[in-house]
Amino acid sequence: MAELVYDKDGRLLFTKEMKKEYTILFPMMASIHFNIIKNIFARFGYKVELLETDGPEIAQVGLKYVHNDTCYPAILTIGQLIHAVQSGKYDVNKIALLLTQTGGGCHASNYIHMLRKALVKAGYDKIPVISLNMSGMEKNPGFKISIPLLRRIAAAGLYGELILSLSNQVRPYEVNKGDTDALIDKWTKRLTIILSEGHGFKRTELAKYLDRIAEDFANIEIKRVPKIKVGVVGEIYVKYAALGNNNLERFLREQDCEINLPGILGFAMFKVDNRMEDYKLYGGSRAKYLVVKKLMDFLTDYETLLINSQEKFGFRPITRYSHTKELVKGVVGYGSKMGEGWLLTGEMLELVECGFENIVCTQPFGCLPNHINGKGMIRKIKEKDERANIVAIDYDPGAPRVNQENRIKLMLAVAKERLDKEKEEFGTV
Amino acid sequence: MLKIGLDIGSTTVKCTVLDENNKLVYKVYERHYSQITEKIAELLRKLRRELPDADNALIAMSGSAGMGVADACGIDFIQEVYATRVAANTFLPNTDVIIELGGEDAKILFLSGGMEVRMNGSCAGGTGAFIDQMATLLNVPIEELDGLAEKHEKIYTIASRCGVFAKTDIQPLLNQGAKKTDIAASIFGAVVNQTIAGLAQGREIKGKIVYLGGPLTFIPQLRKSFDKSLKTEGVCPENSLYYVSMGAALCAEKTADLDEVIKHISVYRGSGNFAFNKPLFKTQAELDEFRERHARAKIKRGDLASYTGRAYIGIDAGSTTVKGVVAAKDGTLLYSEYLPNSGNPVPIVKSFLEHIYEKAPKIRIAGSAVTGYGEEIIKNAFSVDIGVVETIAHLTAAKSFMPDVEFIIDIGGQDIKCFKIRGGAIDNIFLNEACSSGCGSFLQTFANALGYSSEEFSRLGLLAKQPVDLGSRCTVFMNSSVKQAQKDGATIEDISAGLCLSVVKNALYKVIRVANPSELGKRIVVQGGTFLNDAVLRAFEQEMGVNVIRPEISGLMGAYGAALYARDKTSSKSSSSILSKEQLGSFTHEIRSINCGGCSNNCRLTVNTFSDGRKFIAGNRCEKPVTKKSPDESMNIYQYKLRLLQEYTPKPGRLGRIGIPLGLNMFELLPFWHTFLTRLGFEVVASPFSNRKLYLNGQQTIPSDTVCFPAKLIHGHIQWLLDNGFTSIFYPCMSYNFDEHLGDNHYNCPVVAYYPEVISANVREIENVKFFHEFVGIHRPKDFPKKICPELQKLWHDISLSDVKEAAKAAYAEYESYLEKIRLYGKKIIEKARKEKKHILVLAGRPYHADPEINHGIDKLITSFDVAIVSEDVVSVYEKKRSTGVLNQWTYHSRMYAAAEYVSGFKDMDLVQLVSFGCGVDAITTDEVRAILERHNKIYTQIKIDEITNLGAVKIRLRSLLAALDE
Repeated sequence: MAELVYDKDGRLLFTKEMKKEYTILFPMMASIHFNIIKNIFARFGYKVELLETDGPEIAQVGLKYVHNDTCYPAILTIGQLIHAVQSGKYDVNKIALLLTQTGGGCHASNYIHMLRKALVKAGYDKIPVISLNMSGMEKNPGFKISIPLLRRIAAAGLYGELILSLSNQVRPYEVNKGDTDALIDKWTKRLTIILSEGHGFKRTELAKYLDRIAEDFANIEIKRVPKIKVGVVGEIYVKYAALGNNNLERFLREQDCEINLPGILGFAMFKVDNRMEDYKLYGGSRAKYLVVKKLMDFLTDYETLLINSQEKFGFRPITRYSHTKELVKGVVGYGSKMGEGWLLTGEMLELVECGFENIVCTQPFGCLPNHINGKGMIRKIKEKDERANIVAIDYDPGAPRVNQENRIKLMLAVAKERLDKEKEEFGTV
Repeated sequence: MLKIGLDIGSTTVKCTVLDENNKLVYKVYERHYSQITEKIAELLRKLRRELPDADNALIAMSGSAGMGVADACGIDFIQEVYATRVAANTFLPNTDVIIELGGEDAKILFLSGGMEVRMNGSCAGGTGAFIDQMATLLNVPIEELDGLAEKHEKIYTIASRCGVFAKTDIQPLLNQGAKKTDIAASIFGAVVNQTIAGLAQGREIKGKIVYLGGPLTFIPQLRKSFDKSLKTEGVCPENSLYYVSMGAALCAEKTADLDEVIKHISVYRGSGNFAFNKPLFKTQAELDEFRERHARAKIKRGDLASYTGRAYIGIDAGSTTVKGVVAAKDGTLLYSEYLPNSGNPVPIVKSFLEHIYEKAPKIRIAGSAVTGYGEEIIKNAFSVDIGVVETIAHLTAAKSFMPDVEFIIDIGGQDIKCFKIRGGAIDNIFLNEACSSGCGSFLQTFANALGYSSEEFSRLGLLAKQPVDLGSRCTVFMNSSVKQAQKDGATIEDISAGLCLSVVKNALYKVIRVANPSELGKRIVVQGGTFLNDAVLRAFEQEMGVNVIRPEISGLMGAYGAALYARDKTSSKSSSSILSKEQLGSFTHEIRSINCGGCSNNCRLTVNTFSDGRKFIAGNRCEKPVTKKSPDESMNIYQYKLRLLQEYTPKPGRLGRIGIPLGLNMFELLPFWHTFLTRLGFEVVASPFSNRKLYLNGQQTIPSDTVCFPAKLIHGHIQWLLDNGFTSIFYPCMSYNFDEHLGDNHYNCPVVAYYPEVISANVREIENVKFFHEFVGIHRPKDFPKKICPELQKLWHDISLSDVKEAAKAAYAEYESYLEKIRLYGKKIIEKARKEKKHILVLAGRPYHADPEINHGIDKLITSFDVAIVSEDVVSVYEKKRSTGVLNQWTYHSRMYAAAEYVSGFKDMDLVQLVSFGCGVDAITTDEVRAILERHNKIYTQIKIDEITNLGAVKIRLRSLLAALDE
């Protein structure tokens, strides 16, 4: 059994020995992306398991071990991890837990500490916790985000972005129900193989596979009929995770809507860009600025690859980060960087602009930045574009699904009325 | 063809039928008592009997509780707000705004000038359910509430956000003897405030206004209250109850065979897949064993009339009940009463005492003590010897059942009190402050709503097979969860058991925050009226995994403890000062309310006058109206801080007037910005310290009703500046605060950092002024002038970089000297306190918690206990950065961790943490501060603050802390 090693502050480290013996558990968020990414870790010698558990017990476990006034995503992700630890499915002497840590000014940076406190409370203080972050916080000898690993994760993320965007564009109109989901499965499996065989992450290969994916989606037989177009924005966890938003995507599909979820790439670019904005706003090291700018250029290049493939096969491309940023001008400042920051506002504006003026703004309990950039900006967005039909939905362990759905239905009723009117004016589209 | 519309609301079912000309030909309105499907089937059958044409009519369903049902029986569902709008367009053309209140929802529809619909979010404050709850609290039927309100003379401030808060506001008013007429009108005022603040969010309500829905139809005074607040006269149209159902009828597109529908509805029992817990008792035998075990926790009883020794009276004037006992010298229970408190405890206690004198005319009362919400008024009214804080009373009683008790939990009508005992003294106290979920009154309200008495209701759950899992948050949410469970096929038994489980879970996981029972110890005594309920008791044992003791007199423990306390604290020769039989005979009680006016708090005082001219004043936050003297402020750093800030007065300058909102981070940064801007040539005026009026003036522009109270107050400050004609306002965004080298980073919290953006986006008038809300970085003194200069120049061309540099230098220096002054004064307080052997409390929060409207005078309350107060920043400077169990990244919060470390080194110092309700960041800081203090064997005390102005709970906490320190 691996020896338990602590750093000078008493933090239990994830050692090289553990890398060999331990299984790393991490909570689910965006299923398409995460399913591709998890397999990359295996190639780098990690045993990882993505938790896909579901059900009300998870929130209950979270409430039991996490301060109840904490934001809802913390309660769920930590709840999901502890729930897994307690499930009996794993040897508790041979697992480690992984969480992402942003290092920003919102308390998402503290999840890792809340998880450790929860583990102590639940009697599992011998389980190491790994922080996945880009700020160099909390290093572990047995867990390193190397450049090769990072490049593959970036590639997997990019594929995920494309598949997410295309599947949402195709699924509502597919003639044979199930075609789209079957294609998602197919590509998740293929990409897993491609990436684990050491391919698919270089620039030229990326372009090739992005094209192939787009082509496959373009080949799905569809029938276009006017549908209500709904955008989803919000705190990143409840925006993507079905566990967090009571399966919002499925509900909207059942209501016969076309959904648009602005992707994770934009969020990544936003986080990188923040460091440049900090430099511009407050000053700092020019050299660091240039390093960050390089990273930004790299991501922008990836964004271009994605858009090229989308356009080539006749899909609606994702909105460029730089354009979203432009839209925010005069609405909210670029210094607003904690959590989803101004990007949340920007995504609402971007959605209105591209015809998804019906928007669900997901707002988890206790999420402070959302008070500013979500609910706080709705009035101004409507002032800027009166088509905006936005409903802010609160998510917390006690908020019943039926009330959330009822409010969304109100937003949809207004959307439907407009859609009917358009149909009348233009005949059938 | 006829069109049928059904509206399934949270408490009622409405059915209307329209003919082809949209004329209303049939209407029904009935309460469904949560028997939704049965009621719908019944209504439809009746409809068919009375309207033969109804078969094959078009039909649609609407209403908050109708969604699942509609799907199940193949009827189209129309969202209810949408239905209202359709109906209004048809029947009330030219309407501008509709205000509709329902059982659990509140809506505003703006029809003209950009259609918009607003519904209450996850908060049920200001709805019919809220009014029902308040009527129950006042013990009057709804109709009477209307009559009462009509005769009101004044309006009290009642927190409108949540029924729970309103209750905590109303209860003390009742206990202090405020008039029901005034309270009734104040309740309606609260509803109006909530609707306007929560829903209108900055949009003006004007033009032709229409009132719809049950509460507004049945309660004329509520409409009047809206009229008054909106300065207009709205109309409540004919059929105002039926707009949703008529809207549904208008939207109906599908015909349905009513036979089929009725058949579907009758068999509709939901999916049966609600989440559930294991049953409380699997068999009757288990239940019998349980009952037998608890029957053993008996008390020795004696006869009052024949007892001749010294007797002790204990009274517990609780929030919903009054308990009184007479105990003998050896603790034998001689007599007890347990009576509902319908608002005013004085007559109840009077009759209790009369009964004693009647039954035992020769009784020798040697001592008396009173505890509970009504402690002060009862102590004064009847000259009771001792007032004892509730926690101590309960501990005294529990010890008589289990001398080595380790943990006591008391669940009463609307409060939960629990405390750990270490070495015989109270060590850690948990009280529910901002939340009454998990209390007895909720169970009672719910039982009544379903048509049961609360005893009957809880008995139902004992043998339930699948107790519903209802989660553990707000009681209001539970309402909706219950509805959902019913739709999913849960039986009334399952729900009863589920509610009892929720009560326990709330207490354990929300109030005490326990993870496993070993933390609480094995020796547990449970008490309070709610534990008389076997289902709650069982749920508790089940959840904790240990057997506990419930004393036979579980509901009387506070009073019994008070009696024992009186016995222990009075000498054996003395006799009680409590009113004698004769004095009681001539007892009178008069109530008058006045405004204090002694200071800016402007407390609403209730003056009680008793028979012999004795007076008791309630509602005051300080001793001034009682002693006619200003409180001693020399030992109170909070008051000193306020005095210092007031020294920053405007000086005329070439650039004209500029306003600073005095809230959030601007509070502590006033010295910095005032100096900076004054040097640049502005005449700098800060808005005043907050008060209620200032808050209300800004509340209609608050976009998020769940943001913390200090943030909400900013709207009032901005409005104050606008109303006072400021054309320039300075309120910059700041991701970072000063780096005090106490943490890993030095952020502001997201709300503090970016609130100027919210102001910019939501206060319409701000567009007409020069509003400086750029991002600035004062944490980098070198870069700061260069970065802020161009931003300033955009608004004021006549500013140069050299001016800015110089001004910045002065600003940094002034800020330092301001902090230094506070530290020095704090040091003096500590020295003086040590000399006078006074205890020192570090009242730790954020700098802006010094605002009197935010802390509600808690600082003055503390000094009234003869204790010195300093703030966290006074002592944090003596600490260095230490490793913490959390990412220590916020400047203001780092100070608290440091202060906790510092306090731990001194016997005569303790820390009390102020926490804003709804502050997610404090979820982290409270756990960490507690961990630091407990590591050093210090008692952790937390006070949650919000709009709420009741200091009762705060008092209990502080008195218990001081009592524990005394032991």
